[in-house]
Amino acid sequence: MPTRRRALLILLALALLALASLGLALTAGSLSIGLPDIAASLLGQTVAGSDIILQLRLPRALAGFACGGLLALAGALMQVLLRNPLADPYVLGISGGAGVGAMAAMLFGLPLFLIDGLAFAGALGTMLLVFGLAHGDGSWTQTRLLLTGVIVAAGCGALIALMLSVAPETKLHSMLFWLMGDLGQSYSWWPALLTLALVLLLTAPFARELNLLARGLQQAQALGVAVNRLRYAIYLLASLATAASVTTAGSVGFVGLVVPHLVRMAIGNDQRLLLPAAALAGGALLVLADTAARTLIAPQQLPVGVLTALIGVPVFLYLLSRAGLRR
Amino acid sequence: MMHTVYLQAEQLVVRIGQHAACCGLDLQVEAGQHWAILGRNGAGKSTLLSVLAGLRPPTDGRVTVNQQTYREMGARQAAQWRGWLAQQQGDAFASSVLETAVAGRHPHLARWDWEGENDLRIARQALLAVGLHAFEARDVQTLSGGERQRLAIATLLCQQPHLFLLDEPLTHLDLNHQVAVLDLFRAQTDAGAAIVSVLHDPGLAWRYASHVLLVHGDGRTEQGRRDDILTSERLSALYGHPLQRFELNGQVGFLPG
Repeated sequence: MPTRRRALLILLALALLALASLGLALTAGSLSIGLPDIAASLLGQTVAGSDIILQLRLPRALAGFACGGLLALAGALMQVLLRNPLADPYVLGISGGAGVGAMAAMLFGLPLFLIDGLAFAGALGTMLLVFGLAHGDGSWTQTRLLLTGVIVAAGCGALIALMLSVAPETKLHSMLFWLMGDLGQSYSWWPALLTLALVLLLTAPFARELNLLARGLQQAQALGVAVNRLRYAIYLLASLATAASVTTAGSVGFVGLVVPHLVRMAIGNDQRLLLPAAALAGGALLVLADTAARTLIAPQQLPVGVLTALIGVPVFLYLLSRAGLRR
Repeated sequence: MMHTVYLQAEQLVVRIGQHAACCGLDLQVEAGQHWAILGRNGAGKSTLLSVLAGLRPPTDGRVTVNQQTYREMGARQAAQWRGWLAQQQGDAFASSVLETAVAGRHPHLARWDWEGENDLRIARQALLAVGLHAFEARDVQTLSGGERQRLAIATLLCQQPHLFLLDEPLTHLDLNHQVAVLDLFRAQTDAGAAIVSVLHDPGLAWRYASHVLLVHGDGRTEQGRRDDILTSERLSALYGHPLQRFELNGQVGFLPG
């Protein structure tokens, strides 16, 4: 169990890592810009490359950080809510709903802000649908919620496949990129960053109660947690976080499932530390992955979702084998 | 301290589907008393206990703890009053033994508090009491069934409630640990706590309980002092199998005939 002091130190270290990742994202690219020039343009001075920094790289890096943080946070919350280490932000169908909205918008050639708008509407729609169906008779068990979510996600998957198969080839490329997760198409970065701050602030007071929720519903209730209210709130916040991320960057995979586990293996399962640490680590990972995605085979860009998995899988397997030995 | 009513059920009805655990049960549990609940499998003992613990609403009637209903108390204040031991322990995530024990301190901590030295001291004492003091750093997922059960009891001791509701506290425990755990709870009633426990062995109930509640599974219940209720006639009728009472060195036991 971490002490408050140790928790703050870990968060400080992770915040520095996140800053370093943002710094790297600003320097790297077809035009390499040095740190002094970056600092100058961030402070409002005009130097060579200011436009690239402020118009292109900074918004993209911030959007990446926000989405990575949101996904890791939502994944950690879903894992506690469902008491299932395999849960991720997409398990309850939210990305599927967003995908249906975004694919429809792309299919009909709608402008970028409407793609985001329909994606968000789709995400909220599935969230309400899954909640309504799973809540049904008021029992609202974890298994029922999970099953309902998985089935709705499967339905959305079918709709997405249908739209992909009738889509003209000119649109197929961007549709596929959206589905794999791509920061190149994000309309604006601040809604995601704002949601990240909001969800972190709203979950922080309940973090110790989440520790108990992870130990079981009735156990938590017997120890003084108003379980039903807390579960509604967590479902809502995790869904909102996922919706904000998916709207901004498409369905970036892997971050939401694996970052909470990575962080848990490194620092334990105390939600007071895990939630903010996962947000910082997820943000940093996605920024690094996106920087790699747009520089590795430049000028061609890769979808960042592919990179997160390529970086994350070996790291995760390595840590898992170490954790297995220690036990 | 005597005659302080810690738990009261009035005209309590608990139904699970068509099946009734109790119909119009009136029960008063006072400080210093240990009530054992006996009944056949599926009679609704655990459901009744979770209603008494405020974890599920009664079908009808009212449960009060220290003269307040659970709704009036709120979850946090209720947790400072009554503790509940689950029948089964499940851990979805890794967690150390000490962390799991100290989780019992939750109702005594304010929202932004972190567990301090005092909480850790209480947790270590509880682990010592159940013989898990050498296991502090172990992951709960590596514990045996009996060790996990003793850890759950340590968590409950950390909670320091006035009223203990124990759902089969002896699950997975060896004989020596069964007696040690019941001795531990006897020390709690001696210190003024009240206990309601679901038990399976009428002999252990005779040895440790002051009062007994029999749950027949068809809505009928019988209650009273230990010596009035734990007779071979009543127990034979309860379990639907002849039971013989015997005495040895001042201890009473029941053997299936």
